Amino acid sequence: MEKCHGTHGAWRYAACLVFVGAPVIAVAQQAADGGAIAAKGTAGGATACVACHGVGGEGNPAAGFPRLAGLPQAYLVGQLGNFAAGKRQNPVMSPIAKQLSAAEQKAVAAYYGAMAGPPITRKQDDNPKRTDTGAWLAVRGRWENNLPACLQCHGPGGGGVGPAFPALAGQSSAYIAAQLHAFKDGTRPGGPLDLMKAVAAKLSDTDIDAVSNHFGSAVASAGGPAKEAK
Amino acid sequence: MKARIYYFLTAALLGGGIAHADATGQAKGDAKPVPAPAAQAQLPNPARPVSFTPPPADSIPNDDFGKMVKKGEQIFVHTQENARQYVGNSLNCVNCHLDAGRKAGAGPLWGAWPAYPAYRSKNKHVNTFAERLQGCFQFSMNGKAPPVGDEVLVALETYAYWLSTGAPVRQAVEGRGYPKLAKPAAAPDYARGQKLYAQHCALCHGADGEGQASGGKAVFPPLWGAKSFNWGAGMHDVGNAAAFIRANMPLGLGGTLSEQEAWDVAMFMDSHERPQDPRFTGSVAETRKKYHDEPTSMPPRKLSPDLVLNITRKSPRPTFASSRERRAVRPLV
Repeated sequence: MEKCHGTHGAWRYAACLVFVGAPVIAVAQQAADGGAIAAKGTAGGATACVACHGVGGEGNPAAGFPRLAGLPQAYLVGQLGNFAAGKRQNPVMSPIAKQLSAAEQKAVAAYYGAMAGPPITRKQDDNPKRTDTGAWLAVRGRWENNLPACLQCHGPGGGGVGPAFPALAGQSSAYIAAQLHAFKDGTRPGGPLDLMKAVAAKLSDTDIDAVSNHFGSAVASAGGPAKEAK
Repeated sequence: MKARIYYFLTAALLGGGIAHADATGQAKGDAKPVPAPAAQAQLPNPARPVSFTPPPADSIPNDDFGKMVKKGEQIFVHTQENARQYVGNSLNCVNCHLDAGRKAGAGPLWGAWPAYPAYRSKNKHVNTFAERLQGCFQFSMNGKAPPVGDEVLVALETYAYWLSTGAPVRQAVEGRGYPKLAKPAAAPDYARGQKLYAQHCALCHGADGEGQASGGKAVFPPLWGAKSFNWGAGMHDVGNAAAFIRANMPLGLGGTLSEQEAWDVAMFMDSHERPQDPRFTGSVAETRKKYHDEPTSMPPRKLSPDLVLNITRKSPRPTFASSRERRAVRPLV
């Protein structure tokens, strides 16, 4: 590629244009197409995201499809990469992720990343009852077992922190439970520093149900996914 | 010059200059036993600690005493919101005292409360537990000491007292403070620490130690800079920081780093600018000599005055040196 700027014959110059042209086109797509990929899918065959994740990226709690709206772009790109590589095993998402080019993954992740996150309620952040295992694990953790509280990394109300710790608020119980099992079973990479692998390994099935319901109950009790104004 | 400083540090670290690194925790009678700023109050029988378990977190009594315990717990966990007037940075007590001050090896309150009143070399007199708490606000929280009798202090004392229910008084307890580390095999190294920081710490604490917030609330504490603990804080002592890091960091993955790695990354953390020591005399050299004359409190030793933030005394706004300047004067790289 560096030779493109050398003093070579016209035929070589033309060949260079072909090489240089491809990424230029991809970049153009990236700039324009995040919303279009979400709404219509891609020419490469990727299904439209909205089909499962909702028009506003709000997810589908009944089916366990996660909310995407407001999740950090870097996190979404990482997950698409994991799906495409088969590291995060999912029969639906793996083929779709494979059909997205790197630029398309980035574009669609940016599209959802720019959306508003879920509403955060902190009313359960203080004074949980120990008998409420889900709330206790979320707020206090179980330090006698060296298990941090969910909120220590996922932030107040589970609203997410920075690019690496996605919001738990806004996700359904079914989705959260499935992910905790996947972390535990190794069908999903353990995340940065394998933190979630270590966390999930310390959770029993009962713990997983309880903590998933703690965060997911708000979504379920709202009677389905909240509609995003778009 | 650089080589000399390096030699000094190495010699100091390997030569037993760290009073609190002694495995038994016993005070040494040898030359210049100046404990680090965070040195714990000495207790009888330090080599034979007894085990202790605090009362369950949900067993706070439901009466007027319990209300004050609960208030203390909430100040401890949400210091920013509940003791704002005494805090000058983004930290909460629970950042360094994990599990609401309950976790063994993470400076549990039940390890501290029964150890006071105690003589502290930091201020050369017998301190009550209340005064010890005031010190936390002045140094670790880079703020103001709540007056004795202030509800913030009363609530924290009450919480610590309740957590110590059944604990033996004036007796070393297992899990008190942070588990002391032996002297490192190699002198702590800034470059190694920098690499380790990027690998293990930056995810949460940020590439430049700035921490991370969510919804306007600090979640991961800043480790240096204007919003972190000041030069006088115990965590600024590299041995103390290394002990905390080794036992407790990354969160939930304590013990991941080797002891050497903990020393290295602690040294990296403590080599950065932070708010000025509130006891600042106007001269870094003099302040250092007076309050920080230990090998494990080395970082600002060789820095020029403007490199130590001076929020509490002189300038209203923190000033940072450029990173190039910082590199140029960094003593131990």
